[in-house]
Amino acid sequence: MTGLRRTEEARAGWAMTGPALAAILVFFVLPAAASLFLSFTDFDIYALADIGNLRFVGLQNYQRLVENPLFWKAMTNTLLFVAIGTPFVVLLSLFAAMLVNSRWLRWRPVWRVALFAPYVTTLVATAVVWRYLLHTRYGLVNYLLSLFGIAPIDWLGSPTASLPAILLFVGWKTFGYNMIIFLAALQTVPRELDEAARIDGAGWLARLRHVTLPAIAPTVLLVSVLTVAAMFQLFAEPYVMTQGGPAQSTVTILYFMYEEGFKWWNLGSGAAVAFLLFLCILAVTLVQLRLAKRGGAI
Amino acid sequence: MMLRRWIITLLAALVALVTIAPLLWMLSVSFMAPGEASGFPPPLFPANPGLDNYRTLFGSFGIGRFLANSLLVSTLATGLALLFTVPAGYAFAKLRFRGRDATFRLLVAALVVPGQIGMLPLFLELKAMGLVNSYAGALVPWLAGIFGIFLVRQYCLSIPDEMLEAARIDGASEGQILRRIVLPILTPIVVTLALFVFLSSWNDFMWPLIILADQDLYTLPVALAAMSRQHVQDNELMMAGAVVTTLPVLILFLSLQRFYLSGLLAGSVKG
Repeated sequence: MTGLRRTEEARAGWAMTGPALAAILVFFVLPAAASLFLSFTDFDIYALADIGNLRFVGLQNYQRLVENPLFWKAMTNTLLFVAIGTPFVVLLSLFAAMLVNSRWLRWRPVWRVALFAPYVTTLVATAVVWRYLLHTRYGLVNYLLSLFGIAPIDWLGSPTASLPAILLFVGWKTFGYNMIIFLAALQTVPRELDEAARIDGAGWLARLRHVTLPAIAPTVLLVSVLTVAAMFQLFAEPYVMTQGGPAQSTVTILYFMYEEGFKWWNLGSGAAVAFLLFLCILAVTLVQLRLAKRGGAI
Repeated sequence: MMLRRWIITLLAALVALVTIAPLLWMLSVSFMAPGEASGFPPPLFPANPGLDNYRTLFGSFGIGRFLANSLLVSTLATGLALLFTVPAGYAFAKLRFRGRDATFRLLVAALVVPGQIGMLPLFLELKAMGLVNSYAGALVPWLAGIFGIFLVRQYCLSIPDEMLEAARIDGASEGQILRRIVLPILTPIVVTLALFVFLSSWNDFMWPLIILADQDLYTLPVALAAMSRQHVQDNELMMAGAVVTTLPVLILFLSLQRFYLSGLLAGSVKG
């Protein structure tokens, strides 16, 4: 009886996981692995028409990329997005979470939902809205700045302002998500600890540094790992707001991969870009984990 | 103390207002007459609110078609994702079979790999299967939802084994146990997962952009992006398009936010 039941249970286990595992294998694992193989071939529009034209070219795609200035531009831009965007988004989210977590706050759920709302909006739609908000002449942002006597900024038309402009949008769109994660962590910090520090005369900043931050350090790490990965994967933002411009100042790695693969049909070269992107994300995440371990966060 | 309460609350209200201001402005401008929003200082409210932009969108632009496409793709994506991931999540948590833990560890490792890495080969694979430029091609990534399996598995771990054993002794088959006993317990997490998949597939842009070449098949984000490249100057029209694209998911989120926020924490912190 039990033996039979055991067999049935095992069979049911495979029957229930089978379809999902098959789908993951065929539509996720296989393509990801094939990406590496594809990056060693010269798969292009001719191979697309007739697979007989496909040749194995070794590391040639990678060599061409290294010599391509636009690839380096995309790489530098993406690293700038990661380096500036990650602390910006993490600080913004932490500030929002601490505000919403404040014990003196009334109507907490209302503010929490309002701050989270941008995260669930459709990226393309709100990117269109922000393109208009950042309009040099008619945009609300420049109008508000003009009230403080600041001259209009050509946000999306100047190579120096375009990257911060997109980051402004990305920050607005994503901080709510991280705020929710931070909120959950902040609620585990004992109020008594904070209270004791206050009675000992510790100021707001000192309590933040010595009580709150150490307690939520693992969450800060989690949020920064997630944000780094998200920054490496920017695509729709430049696609809608700047089309990579001006002067290629907002071409990201993924945008470059999209153009290589689906505009010029250099699928071999595009796959090489995808693989390099993966290595970048992996490397930065490992460095973050190493730093966190040394700092005692985990 | 009283003063402090008001200062903090006022600050939160101010931050919240700045946060939702872009969405409110989008709504306001969508009711303006063509050309009205191109002025300085930018008008906050329409002088004569009207639905002209929406009429143009649904009339000459045929946005109704894209709205229907998005509804169809997101609904199918949600249904298929649930069908594939819910039984798998349960089995990984509660059924004993050889290779279960090793397989699950492999899935954990696979989470590190972003989906975009395999996009080009996946495109070629679907081309060989004849699925490029079809809804089926757009739906494929939602079948392979590792995150959904995690979410359901996490939730299932709290189901007591005794409950399942009792049903087995009563002679229920494993399929019956899943349908009659487990699924009712899983309702909250299934709603959460359905909401996640629906919103993500509705908002998804890069994959439908790649796989759907025929304009008649475009989902709303793809259609809106194409439109925004042609109609850079028609701000009022574009804002109306943005409203049509994002309002359905915003309303869906607001009405089911409890499920969404609790699921978000279960997925990111504990998972």
